[in-house]
Amino acid sequence: MSGADNQGANGAGEREQLALRVREHIIRMATDGGCFIGASLSCADVIVHLYTKVLDVAPDRLDDEGRDYFFLSKGHDVPALYGTLAELGFMAKERLSNHLSVDDHLYWHPNRKIPGVEFHSGSLGHLLGVSMGVATDIKLRGGDNKVYVMLGDGECNEGSVWEAALVAGAHELDNLVVVVDRNEFQANIRTEELIPLEPLQTKWQAMGWHTRRCDGHDFAALDEAFTDLPFDQGAPSIVICDTVRGKGLPSIEKRADRWFVNFTSDEVAQLLEELHGQAQAQLTSEALHVR
Amino acid sequence: MTPMSYQDTLEALCAEDDRIVVMTAENRAAIRGLPSKLGPRFIDVGICEQTMIGMAAGLALRGRVPFVHALSVFLTMRAFEFIRTDLGIAGLKALIVGGVPGFLSDGNGPTHQAIEDIALMRGIPGMHVFCPADDQDLVEAIPLLTKTDQACYIRYFDGPSTVTHRAPVEVGKAETLTEGDDIAILSLGFLLKETAVAQKLLAERGHATRLLNMRFVSPLDAGAVRDAAKTCKLVVCVEDHFKRGGLYSAVIEQLADEGIHGNVRSIALDQKWFAPGRLPEVLDNEGFTGQKLAQRIETLFEETV
Repeated sequence: MSGADNQGANGAGEREQLALRVREHIIRMATDGGCFIGASLSCADVIVHLYTKVLDVAPDRLDDEGRDYFFLSKGHDVPALYGTLAELGFMAKERLSNHLSVDDHLYWHPNRKIPGVEFHSGSLGHLLGVSMGVATDIKLRGGDNKVYVMLGDGECNEGSVWEAALVAGAHELDNLVVVVDRNEFQANIRTEELIPLEPLQTKWQAMGWHTRRCDGHDFAALDEAFTDLPFDQGAPSIVICDTVRGKGLPSIEKRADRWFVNFTSDEVAQLLEELHGQAQAQLTSEALHVR
Repeated sequence: MTPMSYQDTLEALCAEDDRIVVMTAENRAAIRGLPSKLGPRFIDVGICEQTMIGMAAGLALRGRVPFVHALSVFLTMRAFEFIRTDLGIAGLKALIVGGVPGFLSDGNGPTHQAIEDIALMRGIPGMHVFCPADDQDLVEAIPLLTKTDQACYIRYFDGPSTVTHRAPVEVGKAETLTEGDDIAILSLGFLLKETAVAQKLLAERGHATRLLNMRFVSPLDAGAVRDAAKTCKLVVCVEDHFKRGGLYSAVIEQLADEGIHGNVRSIALDQKWFAPGRLPEVLDNEGFTGQKLAQRIETLFEETV
């Protein structure tokens, strides 16, 4: 939690300020090529919470095998991670302006050339297995550090997620914590309209996981949800965080057609004002209609 | 002399190298004795090939050297994207041990026929592909492959040797078993038993025949391939793999890259799965017994030289 100490971001108010700055970064990445803004905004508070209150990791401890690991399995929301890592000193904030430059490594999905990114992702359903390998090695070495992996709710369509969930339960990986960004959307449709996931907790419980569920935008609720890990000795833990796609920007919140966006610079300026409580942006760029 | 078994070799390596972990997707045929010996370093994930590869990547990320085991067909195809994405993109090393590849799936039928496995594995940047001809090749290679930096797909075969080996296993090197400048047989994996018979028959019929035990498709022994194509009137790649993407493809790509025009031909499975059955009958039916290979190669020689 030295990242939190470095920033003094211990109270909910400070985390809210940090999350606001992360959202500003996300919005600035949503132009000149664009990004997956909806999922980035939905998980931003959870990622800020993890890096300031939960994860035992810091910019100067990225080679420490005793650090906690965070794996972003739903890689398309990486602007939230880029923003958090930059704010917490894992990389220079100026570097964010290199988003989508072929001369840097900040593209639409994460990779290990970004300090603090533990593994590349983008193809859904991969990092639960990878994180289980790390968790297994930590157990083999008798370590007490933990492994956190964020999944999308849409990602929970992938068979490899459930295959891995079954194995993690069977292997009693109680140093493993899954965090689901339950923003209720997958790409261009609500999850429950396509492949319903509920009751989601029950499904994970059936695989041998100990589950909690909380409001993923309420830092007090997140504080409560992430205490006393593992929730149960001998079982992996999962926190399902209920979130809102596009959180912080009423003009795109819960909108299926604002999944991936490539805004004009004028729209970005308006959205930054909207983020700070000003009038809603007048969006003119084309929305993404898949269905 | 009977070499150490594969699992005894792995056990001995585990004792001297604590990086090694042994994993399986509930396929213990080659490693039945290891769970009690390796304790928590033996990891069985059940019939979950994708999860096994993901976990192997995570273990490799922490400095382990995982040996993963499953049937070739499920390992290289069900889990292909995981091998390519989790191991390949990250440049992480695992030894990917595929059981009953090629004709060795004998009576299982096409669902179990790994005859595009080499094409898939050699398509991954940095991935080595090793096809041992017998237990000696296999066991000799394991310590070497543990020490390299690259991931390697091992087309598992641990049957007894029927030839007297002339060269130790070296990564990326073929073994020349007989010399000759009329015909070169580039032999893949366990088919060496048959190609050695074919070589003898061809030699008896007056064709000076060079027999190469290729051992590796990737990295390919470019020198041995180049020399065969330049020196011999006919080069025949013999493999229990689709014609497209395997040894023959690797050989002609290499020669084309070098601008060498040799008389290179293929004996493989050309756009078809093979008829399942008992292995000797499969070999006979598909024309891969020593006798039939000699006939097919002689016909190719008569037609093309």
